[in-house]
Amino acid sequence: MKHRSIRQFTGVAVLASALMSSTALYAQDDVIHFGGLATLEGAFAEPGADGLRGMELAFEEFGWEIDGKEIEFTSASSDGTPDVALESARRLIEQDDVDILVGPLSGSEGIRLAQYAKEQTGTTFLNGGSAAVETTLVDPAENFYRFNTDGAQWTAPLGEYLVEERGWDNIVIVSEDYSFPYAQIFGFMATYCEAGGTVSDKFFVPVGNNDYSSVIAQLPQAGGDVDGMYVVLGGSDAVNFLTQYAQMGGDLPIVGGTNAVDQTVLAARGQARQLLPGVLASGPISDNDDSEAWTTFVEAYRDHFGEEGLPSPSVFAYNYYTSTKAALTALQKVGGDLSNDHADLREALDTLELESPTGTVTINENRQATAAIYINEIVEDEEGDLTTEPLMRVESVDQFLGLGEDAYMELGLPSRDNPSCPS
Amino acid sequence: METLLDINWRLFAVVTLNGLTLASLYFIVASGFTLIFGLMRIINMAHGSIYLLGGYIGYEVGAATGNWLVALLVAGAVMALAGAALQIAIFGWMQGQDLRQALASIGISIVAADQMLAYWGGSTYQVDLPSYFSSFVSIPLAGGYSAARLLLIGLAVIVGVGLWVVLNRTRIGMLIRAGVDDRDMLEALGKNVPVIFVGVFAIGAGLAGMAGVVGGSVLSLSPGEDARYLLSSLIVVIVGGMGSIPGAAVGALLVAMAETYGLAYTPTYGVVYTFAIMVAVLAFRPQGLMGRAV
Repeated sequence: MKHRSIRQFTGVAVLASALMSSTALYAQDDVIHFGGLATLEGAFAEPGADGLRGMELAFEEFGWEIDGKEIEFTSASSDGTPDVALESARRLIEQDDVDILVGPLSGSEGIRLAQYAKEQTGTTFLNGGSAAVETTLVDPAENFYRFNTDGAQWTAPLGEYLVEERGWDNIVIVSEDYSFPYAQIFGFMATYCEAGGTVSDKFFVPVGNNDYSSVIAQLPQAGGDVDGMYVVLGGSDAVNFLTQYAQMGGDLPIVGGTNAVDQTVLAARGQARQLLPGVLASGPISDNDDSEAWTTFVEAYRDHFGEEGLPSPSVFAYNYYTSTKAALTALQKVGGDLSNDHADLREALDTLELESPTGTVTINENRQATAAIYINEIVEDEEGDLTTEPLMRVESVDQFLGLGEDAYMELGLPSRDNPSCPS
Repeated sequence: METLLDINWRLFAVVTLNGLTLASLYFIVASGFTLIFGLMRIINMAHGSIYLLGGYIGYEVGAATGNWLVALLVAGAVMALAGAALQIAIFGWMQGQDLRQALASIGISIVAADQMLAYWGGSTYQVDLPSYFSSFVSIPLAGGYSAARLLLIGLAVIVGVGLWVVLNRTRIGMLIRAGVDDRDMLEALGKNVPVIFVGVFAIGAGLAGMAGVVGGSVLSLSPGEDARYLLSSLIVVIVGGMGSIPGAAVGALLVAMAETYGLAYTPTYGVVYTFAIMVAVLAFRPQGLMGRAV
């Protein structure tokens, strides 16, 4: 017995030292070290994996080198909570010594990492997929860049569209209860209320709540006073809610938040699939966009990942790809020069006009992206896959939703009760 | 004012039915958990994994055969075998060492969660129900109510009555009850206790596997559901009394009712009530409502 445990201990020690030596190969001048942080465990595991696929695609495009300097890539996982994201980012920066960090994935993680960026002035941070409003709005960090649009930008065009194109002026909202959905509702209502719409009720439910029947019992079952329902739920929450709403006989028209039409929902198996075609939503990409930049990106994704990837790159693959490409493009401009705390790189990033798969992306003085947003409808293609079809493309949606900084700041920060209309 | 009153009663009736149906699902999962604990003192932390794996298997079988009942039975049978294998290959080696068994089962649940994630991915799955369950049943006060959810109540009654008959009216049940009361004495009487253990583990795991299919049909399956149902089972048996089947029924009812009424009337604090019940039970009746003092 004692014999065996000594042998086991030796095995573990050998393994541990092998692991440690593999991460000690840094700090060479001819290597640029990238870190990738995404959620590879828990409910967001699939989006996280797709985000890292996006990064890989960008590195492939640049042949894994900048001006003769090799690109080294280390990835780390979080579980969607700010604490774990911070811990993983610390490990990447303070132990693995990465130069450039791309991540994290989820809203509240991003807020935490943008704070941490202020302590790590020698590292350049580019946001991965996280889309909370506060990350680049409240006291933004000098070295934290977000080349993705945020949750409020994603939904702002939809509110106006519903009032003007569909003639809706009274809806109810069902939403998860945390920072990202608040941002989505905030953006949506900013233009929806401005255009004359009203929200008669909001229902907030805990994340990961499996059984929505008690909320559904309080919702209108069919049209009448209410034109439709805005559903800001993601992943399995969206699938559960939609199925149960149909099971209970509800048939209000539905518009979805960006996550409600994410590939993790569209790829779901079971009854929920039948309810999704026809649902409207808005976000930074559209699966069936026929622009050359987008189709090239989708082709590259499918060629490289084949069966292993999703049927179409998700919003997370797109966001991680865009951020990584921004870093690589800027690095190429300065010849991979990282001296003087990345001074040249940051100057290049500040003025970068990036050609992304959805068109030109620029950043403002808060280092927050201005980009195009799509209004999408879910359709079923010939092979039975669900995809998003663009109904409208809105150019250059900026951080302040086109309201101007002063008017936007007056709206306050997103919360359960803010905004509200009628107030 | 009168219409308002009507609406409130309808809501109350629907929420009550929701609570009952959720309680039914909790009961089916927790009854297996409590049975295993009652006889073997194993706190099987992999019970949630068995639930989720059973659900996934049910989905695969359902998609292949198109028959929901076959999916239910196959998932139950496969998980019963898996449960028996766990008892023979792992827990049997550490019989009587409660802490070791609990830790080993945590290890199994972690490995199982990642394996399932690797194989089925992070997408949400739903098992297709036969079409006659997607209709509505007219119920006084509540109006139309989903037949799929009422099915849960029916299944819970079948499981409850079935377990009661097996435990109280058969020879095997007698042996199990004797084992719960005094393991050593039963062994001294010449009964093959390890075989009984394997059998009980199989029944418990089979129930969890079938619950996975039922839960995956009425609700859904995704990574993380394993931990969710493990937690609910734990709370249910702590409230109801470890090892008691009627306790599991009472516990499931209390926990599910607190959850649904909480979500309907005070959405923000829905989660708190469940734990408040658990704290109250632990403070005033630590052995659980129907449990016997140890």
